[in-house]
Amino acid sequence: MIHSNSVPVLTVQGLRASINGTEILKGIDLTVKSGEIHAIMGLNGSGKSTFAKVLAGHSAYEVTGGSVQFEGKDLLELPPEERARAGLFLAFQYPIEIPGVANTQFLRLAYNTVQTQRGREELDPLEFDDFVREKMKLLDMKSDFLDRSVNEGFSGGEKKRNEILQMALLEPKLSILDETDSGLDIDALKIVAQGVNQIANKDNAMILVTHYQRLLDYIVPDYVHVMQAGRIVMTGGKELALELETRGYDWITENKSSTTGAIA
Amino acid sequence: MTELPHANYLAGLLKSWSGKPVRPLSWLNDLRARAIDRVSQQALPTKRDEEWRFTDISTLTHLPYLPSRPETHLQRHDIDHLFLSEARIRLVFVDGYFQQQLSTIQNSDDLIIGNLPDFSASHSSILESHLTQYAAFDHNIFAALNTAFLRDGALLIIPKNTTIADPIHLLFIATQPEVTSYTRCLLIGEAGSNVTLVEEYAALEQFAYINNSVTEIALAANAQANHIRIQRESKQAFHLANCSVALAHASRYLSTSISLGSQISRYNLDIRLAEEAAECSVDGLALISDNQLADTHTCIDHVKPNGTSHQQHKCIVDGSAHAVFNGKIIVRPHAQRTNSSQSSRNLLLSKTAQIDTKPQLEIFADDVKCAHGATVGQLDPEEIFYLKSRGLSELSARNLLTFAFGAEIISRISIPSLRQQLEQAVLNQTQSN
Repeated sequence: MIHSNSVPVLTVQGLRASINGTEILKGIDLTVKSGEIHAIMGLNGSGKSTFAKVLAGHSAYEVTGGSVQFEGKDLLELPPEERARAGLFLAFQYPIEIPGVANTQFLRLAYNTVQTQRGREELDPLEFDDFVREKMKLLDMKSDFLDRSVNEGFSGGEKKRNEILQMALLEPKLSILDETDSGLDIDALKIVAQGVNQIANKDNAMILVTHYQRLLDYIVPDYVHVMQAGRIVMTGGKELALELETRGYDWITENKSSTTGAIA
Repeated sequence: MTELPHANYLAGLLKSWSGKPVRPLSWLNDLRARAIDRVSQQALPTKRDEEWRFTDISTLTHLPYLPSRPETHLQRHDIDHLFLSEARIRLVFVDGYFQQQLSTIQNSDDLIIGNLPDFSASHSSILESHLTQYAAFDHNIFAALNTAFLRDGALLIIPKNTTIADPIHLLFIATQPEVTSYTRCLLIGEAGSNVTLVEEYAALEQFAYINNSVTEIALAANAQANHIRIQRESKQAFHLANCSVALAHASRYLSTSISLGSQISRYNLDIRLAEEAAECSVDGLALISDNQLADTHTCIDHVKPNGTSHQQHKCIVDGSAHAVFNGKIIVRPHAQRTNSSQSSRNLLLSKTAQIDTKPQLEIFADDVKCAHGATVGQLDPEEIFYLKSRGLSELSARNLLTFAFGAEIISRISIPSLRQQLEQAVLNQTQSN
């Protein structure tokens, strides 16, 4: 939801980043205010997943230019864990499996670490159990989810739900969902979207990185950005996603000068 | 040059051998005499032996450790922290000698659980047909020594079609410094039987000693054994172990071995899928640091068709420790439709840690499915990033992943109290830096 008086959570200016000497992000400008949901769309290789990882602080990418302000802090100065503690959350496209560690153990460790950093009380295993079960209802998750090893043997849908569960627990200020819809059937997609919608409020913000318009039927964005060759080349409202769905991406290249920055 | 001290060492051991019968039973004494004869004809292995390439046991030859003594002052309260609440049957051996007063035994008519010599007369024919039949000592000097000094040992005969619900705990405790103990186990699973056996080696103090152990397991048709082996000897100890398993038709052997202790440990596990449709699952974890050396040699021998074997071996090596894994899988010409997999995964936690891993596949049948893989590495940066993106510090991310690496094997142990003990041990070791 766009609120006229809301404050910027994230301000990205001229962000450039490369991996192994190859520049992937070639000057990204984006402002996200609290309460807003932004979608970033684009073809494979356009740099949208790189953008998500750079924001989360992945060490494989080198930031070569530009700035990122997050909640008044210089985000690029912070290591990944401090970005997380400051309220930035990345839902992974391919969540990591950790055989041998029970999901509940991992979730509690992450939750307590972040809580402590925010000056709040830790929860003991029993308290946490009550808390996490409440959150699991949002995502229609079975209780054996807690006892199984982190993501091990989870279906694609279960992994993505586990990501959203972590998002629900950590209460981030800004969530970046990297291709959360990929590999999901329509039922799983609805459940995930419903969970995300319940977490979204006027005080937090979200960036949905996606290839297809499908997800946006269930999580309605305030803005849709199109990425091409490491830049945001077009920004529009939710109807832009539908247009991309019917027309593809080719027409943008020709028209981009006329529409870029329409909203920024 | 090196032969001489070895010869002296063995001569010293031979001198300590007594031909006197423990019980007046000729077959057992004959066996011991044959074994001592074999000892005198063999030499201690050196690094020039292919099977001992990475494991230098020459230190042993400077330790003229005599056999342990039978007397003990150990009380129940000294060792009850090692007991498993789930195990109602427990055999305790101290320095290789059976301790009735520390053990809990429930024998029924058919079920035999107890000290081997107590059954050498009453069950001589079944014992004769199994003892040393699997762990041959002709070309294995440590098995020969063990047999030569054979006295006490754990004997389990699980009757036909009987499932023993609770795990059976065999606890071998070391209390005497600078001695050699000879420990022995024999498990006979009759047709259709099912048992869970915990074979555990522990020490109450940190000092040097040698433990030479031999375990033999024979499973008849459709029998199952879940064999959990815990080696947490003193960090100065030498643990030299052989385990030989024979599997009959459609029998099933599940092995989880955890190696935490010892200065030098060597575990030879030989599994022979002697009849059709036998199955084994072999999991191992070595978690070592400082100057420890843990060597695991396994040989899974598919003799007949339709056999299955799955093996996962993991090593976590810190400090200047050295882990060795040699995993041989043989698929003999008649063993068609064998399904076998092996994975060796190794984690190096320091620059001075060392791992030698060698998968060895010898396949002589054409219709088989065999997969194997070995990895040696540090923690995966993507996994560390995932945990950091959830707020965990670099150190706690690394600790959690190291713990998880070991816990994956431990989580397969079906006994909760043992699993917790081992998880704690892994936690203590992996979170110490």
